[in-house]
Amino acid sequence: METQKPYYITTEKMSVGYDGKPLIEAVEIALQKGEILTLLGPNGAGKSTILKSIARQLSLIAGTVRLDGEDMKSFTGTELSKKMAVVMTSRLRADLMTCEDVVATGRYPYTGRFGVLRKEDHVAVENAMELVQVAEIGDSLFDRISDGQRQRVMLARAICQEPEILILDEPTSYLDVRHKLEFLSILQKLCRERQLTVILSLHELELAEKISDRILCVNGRTVDRIGTPEEVMTDGYITQLYGIRMGSYDEESSDMELAAPEGTPEVFVIAGAGSGRKVYRRLQREGIPFATGVLYENDLDYPVAKALAAEVIAERPFEPVSRATLQAAKERLERCDSVICCRENFGSQEAFQRELLAYAKQLGKCMESSGQQNRQ
Amino acid sequence: MQQRRKIRYFIAFVLLTAGILVLLLCNIGIGTVKIPISEILITGRKQEGMNARILWEIRFPRTLAAGILGGALALAGYLLQTFFHNPIAGPFVLGISSGAKMVVALVMVFLLGNTIRVSSGLLILAAFLGAMLSMGFVLLMARKVDSMSMLVVSGVMIGYICSAITELVVTFAEDADIVNLHNWSRGSFSGMTWDNVKVMSIVVAVTFLLVILLAKPLEAYQLGETYAQNLGVNIRTLRILLVVLSSVLSACIVAFAGPISFVGIAVPQLIRKLFGTTKPLLMIPACFLGGSVFCLFCDLLARTWMAPTELSISTVTAIFGAPVVLWIMISRNRRERG
Repeated sequence: METQKPYYITTEKMSVGYDGKPLIEAVEIALQKGEILTLLGPNGAGKSTILKSIARQLSLIAGTVRLDGEDMKSFTGTELSKKMAVVMTSRLRADLMTCEDVVATGRYPYTGRFGVLRKEDHVAVENAMELVQVAEIGDSLFDRISDGQRQRVMLARAICQEPEILILDEPTSYLDVRHKLEFLSILQKLCRERQLTVILSLHELELAEKISDRILCVNGRTVDRIGTPEEVMTDGYITQLYGIRMGSYDEESSDMELAAPEGTPEVFVIAGAGSGRKVYRRLQREGIPFATGVLYENDLDYPVAKALAAEVIAERPFEPVSRATLQAAKERLERCDSVICCRENFGSQEAFQRELLAYAKQLGKCMESSGQQNRQ
Repeated sequence: MQQRRKIRYFIAFVLLTAGILVLLLCNIGIGTVKIPISEILITGRKQEGMNARILWEIRFPRTLAAGILGGALALAGYLLQTFFHNPIAGPFVLGISSGAKMVVALVMVFLLGNTIRVSSGLLILAAFLGAMLSMGFVLLMARKVDSMSMLVVSGVMIGYICSAITELVVTFAEDADIVNLHNWSRGSFSGMTWDNVKVMSIVVAVTFLLVILLAKPLEAYQLGETYAQNLGVNIRTLRILLVVLSSVLSACIVAFAGPISFVGIAVPQLIRKLFGTTKPLLMIPACFLGGSVFCLFCDLLARTWMAPTELSISTVTAIFGAPVVLWIMISRNRRERG
């Protein structure tokens, strides 16, 4: 087995907070070059405080941060600025500055006494802008561009600084889905190609799980968990970390749902193979409690059904549906006012569904199918 | 783009320099006593006769002082605007000029009362103390209020308090020189001597050089403190230097010419528009030149407009400067809404 690479950044017993009062204590981070660490946690839990402390914008209350084995306190401002760049939530003031000017400020640690850009600085600025694809807006005023472009310009500025580690505080918060994905893809590329180490905070749990090598969860008092996404994102953890009281989050499928309608089921939904999710959500919007089944536990509909249905009649994956399960479904269906069938046809292994639908028709409860709904 | 900008900067500098040269000539050549151009050219060599004395001992030092102090004033305004990230900051509105004026008035009345001659150096020192006093107060206020208009309002209030105290002192002082003091306390370039010019040139030149050396950290500071710090700027040291340097400049102006309004706010704003940039390395010399042009022009008007009655310089600077300030506020408001 390969020997363990040395850690690039470590924090030892780091306590962070404001005005000498610790907010979060004993933060232990260890990251190798090229790794991405994401901080997760509810609003105000201390993600920004940790990031600011690592970036030396806030003084540590206790403990040490080491970069490449050296105590970060020993670096001068300029030394540190050649190793670490930041993209923070505070707006960068850029009166009358073009995007290119803003990116060029990243060259500050490398320019001379008066900060005049040399040829190699211009090259670095151009390369950084190419890399994040903002070269064509170089001449636009920074104050006039969209949020998506602005974040990318800020990233280009940080890249220009030629850092070894990048600190980003909620970089994707104001971006639309396309720009979120593009931004994080660029970040991932930087980590792979340049061995850049990244520490960032995110609100998008599903993205955090995908991009991070490690995840650190803070809950406002302590570091609750730290580890790989698989270690951290266990069943029910997000609900607990964020204290979710209305709605739910499914760690397996990254599925996020609003609170289920309360009451005894009025509608029974025959679904399966992902056909039921839209109907479940429509019923949730209309505030109608419902039951659904029979679903295999590995069905695409299952996580949504679990989150929204008053009752889910389910069967273990890859097992035949037992008589008892089918009977339970029939009994539940009987007690509902109406039945919605989301399926146009059933597979050869789904005799139970066919039987359930036939039973519903026999009772005269089969009011509508999703197909008709869509056509309306 | 880069090329276009360079041309713009070049043209702007040429305009400012040309403005200064023309105004220097006008200020020296125009006055209550008509002196033909031919004679002005000759006086360069011989320094005798009535006209020569008017030129050499009155108009020359006065013109130079207006140029130097005007530049210093605009530079002080620029530094304060950068420091507070506030486009309507300036030594006058923040009460710094008035603080300097108050201490200078106290010192002068006290010393004149005891018939001690007041040297330029001492005046600057007194003004510097007063400027730092007001600055300290403004800094305290800046911690409490974060809105830009509230900061200016508190500065204006400090200004009123200091002016009231100055008025009191001047009213109750019993000296013939009080007439001078009164003129001075309203702001004027009149009565400048070559000695004054010498002292102010040295003080302003040294400060100007120090400010130029700060151009790079200032550029980073403009981005906001988070980013400046990440770029390795020592914010605390820079802030102290900014306070001291802007106070020295304000003090120098007040010590020699009294408080002068609006130049400090208006000129840096006009220069920004003219150059279309906020780069300190350009803004610092440009503001200085712009301030010189503005003050030379205003002093020319102050002397000649209602001649032989001379207007106080602030009367003229207000007429041209205040609309600029209004325009800044309106356009900023519109930008924030839109």
